[in-house]
Amino acid sequence: MTTEVGSETEVKKEPEKAEEQPAAPEPPATNQTDEAKAEEAAEQSNESPALATDSAEAPTEAKENQEEAQPADNATGQEGEDPPASPPASEKKGISRFLPPWLKRQKSQSAVGPKESQVTPKEEGGVVLVKEEGEKAEQAEAEQTSLTTAAEPQVEEEQVKGEAKPEQKEEVNSEEQEEENHSTGSAETQPAKEEKAAEESQEKSTAEEENKETEEGGEEKKDQEERLKPEGGHYFIKSPLKLTKKVKMVMCHVTMLDGSQFPCEVEKRAKGQYLFFKVCEALNLLEKDYFGLSYKDNADQMCWLDPTKEIKRQISNASWQLAFNVKFYPPDPSQLTEDITRYLLCLQLRQDIASGCLPCSFVTHSLLGSYSLQAELGDHDPDEQRLDYISDFQFAPSQTKEMEEKVVELHKTHRGMTPAQADTQFLENAKKLSMYGVDLHHAKDSEGVDIMLGVCANGLLIYKDRLRINRFAWPKILKISYKRSNFYIKIRPGETEQFESTVGFKLPNHRSAKRVWKVCVENHTFFRLMTPEAPTKAKFLTLGSKFRYSGRTQAQTRQASTLIDRPAPYFERTSSKRISRSLDGAPVINVIEAQDSGPTSVENGREPGLELSSDSSKSGKLRVQGENIYVRHSNLMLEDLEKTQEDVLKHQASTSELKRSFMEATPETRPSQWEKRLTASPATSLRLQAQGRSPPPRTQEPLPDLTVDTVSKSSDDKQKSDKTTLQAAEVEIEETVVVEEIRVAPKGSVTITTPEVVVAVETEVEKPKEEVIEEVKEEVEAQKRSVSVSSDSHSESEEEAGEYHPQVTVSASVDQIKEEPEKEEAKDHEEPDQVAEPVAEPESLPEVEVDAMPSPAVVEETPVAEPETALVAEAPSEEESTEDILVTPDEAPNGHAEDQPGLVAVEEEEEKEEEEEEEQPRVNGDVSHAETERIPQVICCSEPPVVKTEMVTISDTFAAQKTEIATKEVPIVHTETKTITYEAAQLDGSGDGEPGILMTAQTITSESLCTTTTTHITKTLKGGLSETRIEKRIVITGDSDIDHDQALAQAIKEAKEQHPDMSVTRVVVHKETELAEEGED
Amino acid sequence: MAGVMTGFGNFTHAVVRAIPSSLAKEALRMNVLDVDLVKAQREHEVYVGVLKHKLGLQVIELPADESLPDCVFVEDAAVVCGDTALITRPGAESRRKETEAMRRALKELDLNIFEMSDENATLDGGDVLFTGREFFVGLSKRTNQKGAEILADVFKDYAVSTVPVTDGLHLKSFCSMGGPGLIVIGSSEPAQKALKIMQQMSDHRYNKLTVPDDIAANTIYMNLPSKGHVLLHCTPEEFPESAKVFEKLKDHMLIPVSNMEKVKVDGALTCCSVLINKKAKV
Repeated sequence: MTTEVGSETEVKKEPEKAEEQPAAPEPPATNQTDEAKAEEAAEQSNESPALATDSAEAPTEAKENQEEAQPADNATGQEGEDPPASPPASEKKGISRFLPPWLKRQKSQSAVGPKESQVTPKEEGGVVLVKEEGEKAEQAEAEQTSLTTAAEPQVEEEQVKGEAKPEQKEEVNSEEQEEENHSTGSAETQPAKEEKAAEESQEKSTAEEENKETEEGGEEKKDQEERLKPEGGHYFIKSPLKLTKKVKMVMCHVTMLDGSQFPCEVEKRAKGQYLFFKVCEALNLLEKDYFGLSYKDNADQMCWLDPTKEIKRQISNASWQLAFNVKFYPPDPSQLTEDITRYLLCLQLRQDIASGCLPCSFVTHSLLGSYSLQAELGDHDPDEQRLDYISDFQFAPSQTKEMEEKVVELHKTHRGMTPAQADTQFLENAKKLSMYGVDLHHAKDSEGVDIMLGVCANGLLIYKDRLRINRFAWPKILKISYKRSNFYIKIRPGETEQFESTVGFKLPNHRSAKRVWKVCVENHTFFRLMTPEAPTKAKFLTLGSKFRYSGRTQAQTRQASTLIDRPAPYFERTSSKRISRSLDGAPVINVIEAQDSGPTSVENGREPGLELSSDSSKSGKLRVQGENIYVRHSNLMLEDLEKTQEDVLKHQASTSELKRSFMEATPETRPSQWEKRLTASPATSLRLQAQGRSPPPRTQEPLPDLTVDTVSKSSDDKQKSDKTTLQAAEVEIEETVVVEEIRVAPKGSVTITTPEVVVAVETEVEKPKEEVIEEVKEEVEAQKRSVSVSSDSHSESEEEAGEYHPQVTVSASVDQIKEEPEKEEAKDHEEPDQVAEPVAEPESLPEVEVDAMPSPAVVEETPVAEPETALVAEAPSEEESTEDILVTPDEAPNGHAEDQPGLVAVEEEEEKEEEEEEEQPRVNGDVSHAETERIPQVICCSEPPVVKTEMVTISDTFAAQKTEIATKEVPIVHTETKTITYEAAQLDGSGDGEPGILMTAQTITSESLCTTTTTHITKTLKGGLSETRIEKRIVITGDSDIDHDQALAQAIKEAKEQHPDMSVTRVVVHKETELAEEGED
Repeated sequence: MAGVMTGFGNFTHAVVRAIPSSLAKEALRMNVLDVDLVKAQREHEVYVGVLKHKLGLQVIELPADESLPDCVFVEDAAVVCGDTALITRPGAESRRKETEAMRRALKELDLNIFEMSDENATLDGGDVLFTGREFFVGLSKRTNQKGAEILADVFKDYAVSTVPVTDGLHLKSFCSMGGPGLIVIGSSEPAQKALKIMQQMSDHRYNKLTVPDDIAANTIYMNLPSKGHVLLHCTPEEFPESAKVFEKLKDHMLIPVSNMEKVKVDGALTCCSVLINKKAKV
């Protein structure tokens, strides 16, 4: 559909979007949606073969695609040649063209798999495809520029997949088709590429593919579980890529802490996380959150590899040489759970000491050296011990005979100490060193004096030479930001001061400023916050830039570590290549075994993924399936105050399904946390928007759960639709996460749910719309300025100016979106929106669950947003907000965009930022922001003049407010939603009431034929009692033939069986029926 | 050594120096006051007696040097932490030679000696507050940034933070350690301000004990094997109000030590000795 239509670049972009916004429910939507649908379709098809109904286009399409794919081999060449003239025909043709043989195979496999058993294979297949497409697309964009030919194949593949699905969709919607046609015309190039790709793919043997997939899939899954979905996606992608010859593999060389080289072949587009997990797997390391991969940038500066981004986007082209290092030095190493973790920390510290990064005195050098000897050599052997045996060791940057003698002398005193004990002693002494864990950065103060900025667990230290001249503890810092080469911190006013002050530092260049900023954000999050994500109200810092630390915090990793239940892994202390007389009595496990164990550990729930963005997208994709005619959500809440999470985990572990797909969806985790926080302070929710990804918390207390469904119809713009889709996906995910049931009913493809909106609504209900708007405007302006300022670009989305601050403010992206014209429109629309109130029937239950029925979308024509354009032009830079804006223009696309230079620039930027999927703001998100303000206004995504009109409608059941983004051309599907909630009397309102302290949260997702079960486990500490709560969301998808009641009963039964000691406190059944499709215009 | 903090206040040796007769008239002072030499010498004898007999330290007594009127204030000549000693470069030109005898004495104790050879660096030991976990160096009339840097270079294990000393002679003219994690601080505005700075600069939390008189905040804390917490502080005769404050320290063995005369030449309790822990060294 759209994908086809779009030119190559467009296609690429689209896939990216798709990745980001996987869950977008919009059927008619763009390529992304198509892709998503395709995935969904695959899944769905697995789930319910019969789904192929007119209404259920997605599934059908998927099947068709699969079918088509196979035949496509024959037709590929021909079709490829033919430019897509007629939408429908072209679509099919396009699909066939695009479908390389291998793809066909995969599809067929996936199709079969789904039918037979959805489970893993299907997921991989479907998901993989989507992800691949998205990733490929992103990469492809990059590659295309440089390597058109080479890159093409991959792109093509992606396109193919995406296209096929989209095409089907197109067929469904006439309007869309037309649009698509346009796009197709432009995208002729793709077919050829696709063909090539197909050929290549064909070459590969199916068997190989399968094997790879399975193997990789397993690993990937594990990884994914640990990480966000996005990561998983990457993994998945990798597997497919591998299958395809086209996929380029790159050999990475990772320097381990013991100095050895770890060669690892990764897909060229692999994200940092993949490699990192590979390394950790090889090390048999479970407590990996303290570590990271580093590389040297062009300026020879050490940088941390962002796990959520592609490696190749970060590393300088030359060599894929990385190093495995400690990223967060635990202030108290004794609290680490495993000896192997301490050992690795020791190695890092020895390295730091030898290199002079960690200065220490002679005596300390000697003492630490003696512990190193004890750990590696065991007891001092008077016979063989000569100084020469020591000379191999480096205890200090410059080591004297005297020191070596001292080391030996001290070594003698450690007799009887096991290696683990020696390491512990080593760490106990090392941790006291003043520069332990301090990451130094050169800078100048406001007067141009050379200073050093030291980022550490406690805050920011300022050094002049070796003297500490100032210190800003995290609690003292209100905001961290950077602009150009300046780095700023806003200081909380002291007791006697009335005003907050801002301290600025000048860094050598923009990159270094950004680097410091990132390190600060990461360290603050890791050490200071209980959970990642500044978005939380409670925390004092909020991220202005999209970048944020996506891993686990120290608190979380500690919690997770308590779940580590394995015999101490055996490992060799090989730093000096001496055979250690290991006194550790751990069972010997080969490396291979260790790898195996890796996954196991994951299952243990050890790592709740905190990652946000990508994961959400994935989950969204999965949910997309829900778009089918019938969607049922059943939430089973199991609460057990007494049980430890471990127990729960064990239970879960027992379930094979769960084991299989144990995915930690970060997004989900967040929501739960948020919820709690929200509960505490509902008002805070606004911030979420800024983050974009973070799913808006659902407020349970004050407001019954609100489900907001936003119907966004993008007529022409594939991208737009994609974006929307993405948002929707995110939203859905969030919803899933929410303990209380907030269900967004997936509606016909068009429906988009925006959790954010919900939040906003709650918070801001009382605010006058206009006021909000004004605020937004101001912010927008500010952002604009910042944008203009920033110049670097590319490499990472968080470019120019990053901000991190505690205050809750309207997210920039949102602000930007809103513009005066929009306001007007919004007002106009308000009435219509009301009219269009959703059919949702929230049942009067203590907790109101709102089902947002997509009401007919109001079509609004968006005037040309000149301001936006201007913004775009100004901010070619990569600011996040800018990006958001940019996105819109891109969407605008159908050719009109060309008129505006600004748009073009934007697109380019987007491409650059493709990698930063997470960061990319989604139009939808913006919309949501607007919505957040609770103004029923229709927010027109800042679309370029050409863009027709998009309407965002958000409907709150409660408020009956709806924001609809609808393109005239896009038909809206009406969905009937029915929600039944059952709550046990015992419900103590734990969820609603006290926030408690979130100890852990994890989400497990499993899929079977017709059901997708998402299990979310949260462990909360309230007043000394630990409470474990399990929420299961079971999505039963299928047409009317399926006996939903029976399925639900079965689900409840299974849940009870799985957790005999827990009680079911609430069951919410959400039934959605797609009534009809209506065009809204 | 690295065994840092664990043995804070553990001392085995003390280096002191006799009072030269030139002190009365030639010693540097911020305020013009007449010093009763005999009284001062008697005071000092009592001081040394407490270290030697009451506390059982091995006291190395350096002979007075008439050409060095301030030589009794040995603290300024060296900073000793663990088994590392930094021979300072006193800010007062007239006191530079005081380090020679100190260097010899410390060498005999087998300490690792570091010199402050930089011509631009000045540092008085009185400006160095070691808390057991880190150093605070007062930037005063006697101590400059360079001196502090060198100190930081010598004691690499520890954070060295600088504290502007605008009022008073030395940083320790209004503060000192009264125990592990306990800072005794004067109540004057400059003292309180300095304390705030120290608190802000530190990763560690310190308790504070505020005394009405700045100079009374200069105490000597030791943690001795047989005695536990020991605190040498001002006498009630000198600072009755401040002395009362110390009474609150129930866990401490409180030893009032008179310092009436030496204080006239800006000599505080800590100024008159360099405490060393030989056993702790590895």
